[in-house]
Amino acid sequence: MTGGEDGALGEIVDGVRRRRPRAIGRAISIVEAGGPRRDTLMDLIDGTPPPVVGLTGPPGAGKSTLIAALVSAAREAGKRVAVLAVDPSSPFSGGALLGDRLRMTRHSGDTEVFIRSMATRGHGGGLSAAALEATAILGAAGFDTVFVESVGVGQSEVGIMSIADLVLVVLNPGTGDEIQTLKAGVMEIGDVYIINKADLAGADDLERALRHAQLVIPGTEHRAEICRTVAADGTGVPELYAATGDLLARLDEDGALDRRRRVRVTAAWEQLAGDLLRQWLRERGGVPPAGRVRFGELRDRLWALMDEVLGDTGTGGET
Amino acid sequence: MENTVRILIAKPGLDGHDRGAKYIARALRDAGYEVIYSGIRQTPEAIVEMAIQEDVQFVGLSLLSGAHMALFPRVVDLLREHDAGDIVVFGGGIIPGPDVYELQEAGVRAVFPPGTPIKKVIDFIEATRQELPAL
Repeated sequence: MTGGEDGALGEIVDGVRRRRPRAIGRAISIVEAGGPRRDTLMDLIDGTPPPVVGLTGPPGAGKSTLIAALVSAAREAGKRVAVLAVDPSSPFSGGALLGDRLRMTRHSGDTEVFIRSMATRGHGGGLSAAALEATAILGAAGFDTVFVESVGVGQSEVGIMSIADLVLVVLNPGTGDEIQTLKAGVMEIGDVYIINKADLAGADDLERALRHAQLVIPGTEHRAEICRTVAADGTGVPELYAATGDLLARLDEDGALDRRRRVRVTAAWEQLAGDLLRQWLRERGGVPPAGRVRFGELRDRLWALMDEVLGDTGTGGET
Repeated sequence: MENTVRILIAKPGLDGHDRGAKYIARALRDAGYEVIYSGIRQTPEAIVEMAIQEDVQFVGLSLLSGAHMALFPRVVDLLREHDAGDIVVFGGGIIPGPDVYELQEAGVRAVFPPGTPIKKVIDFIEATRQELPAL
């Protein structure tokens, strides 16, 4: 990598720290593009994400509208807020139509709010592969909270867990009976289940079904919260915002947030290790069939190397 | 690494007719671009804010009300003021022929009147993206 390129990245990182929207926008594009420049940028950023609240749920459930309302509540509380809104890339053309932020236009002109749309670019689970890095960039830019909106999901896309400290699952009345609340997948990941469009018929039935399902906050023994909202007119949103704050504090006290973040960082390391080994092998044309591979010896040497290289990165010796 | 082209399709001013904007947004999606749609009735200030946060390379403005001579150049000027003069602005809608030259003088790179084949817009984007700095 040339010094000039590092210089340009340094300038962008400097702009991110000074909360310049142009620099923040550029930085997110760089992590989206991936490759060595992303890694250099992230080393320079050297930041941790602020509390990340993820919203997931089926298409049209009202996730974007709810985020717009939650951002209003957060602004009233004096917080600087960022939003990452993910929509799907086409598996056919690779293109995408990113249409979440048009529900959030009430915040335009507010310099303490930053909204960025991201396409999945082939990444599974309802998220963009760069979303985690983007939250760290937004943290370095001084945002107090990041709301992440997953793509409209079906029953099994639980990728939002890999990025959010708190997961809100947005549901609507009239979309199925009690059995739907008992299924595996999305109905296992919520810290809060939101009955949005609660002014529609069937809200009571859905609330009863959710209560009967005795949903539990992942990794704890606490019961998941259930909230009713009408995001379009703001009904129930201040209560929801207060509940998310309380819950974040409770999970922090409980150690659950730390455990979640540990899982997240570990997964990122595993990904890095896999990527590096794959790249190393590919650049060498793979391992020849007659190659001398003594797995026992290889394992011992790699293990020793990992102790040497990774031992002082804060992982500690004990588990 | 090749840049993924990101395009903001925006509706400035008070005109609420967005059939054309939605058509072009969808067609550009099908051409493999990432398209952000602004929604109707946006101020030039809001459009520029979106373009910067979304880090797009192109802003396509659609307007049918006749206010293009005021609003299109305003977007170009505001982008320049915000250190984002490299973002390419193009326009479409009901734009009388004599206005096209003047808009181009004001920094709108291309104007596509009604009936323009979508391929012409894509050709413009493909030709122009070559000039853009690599990410």
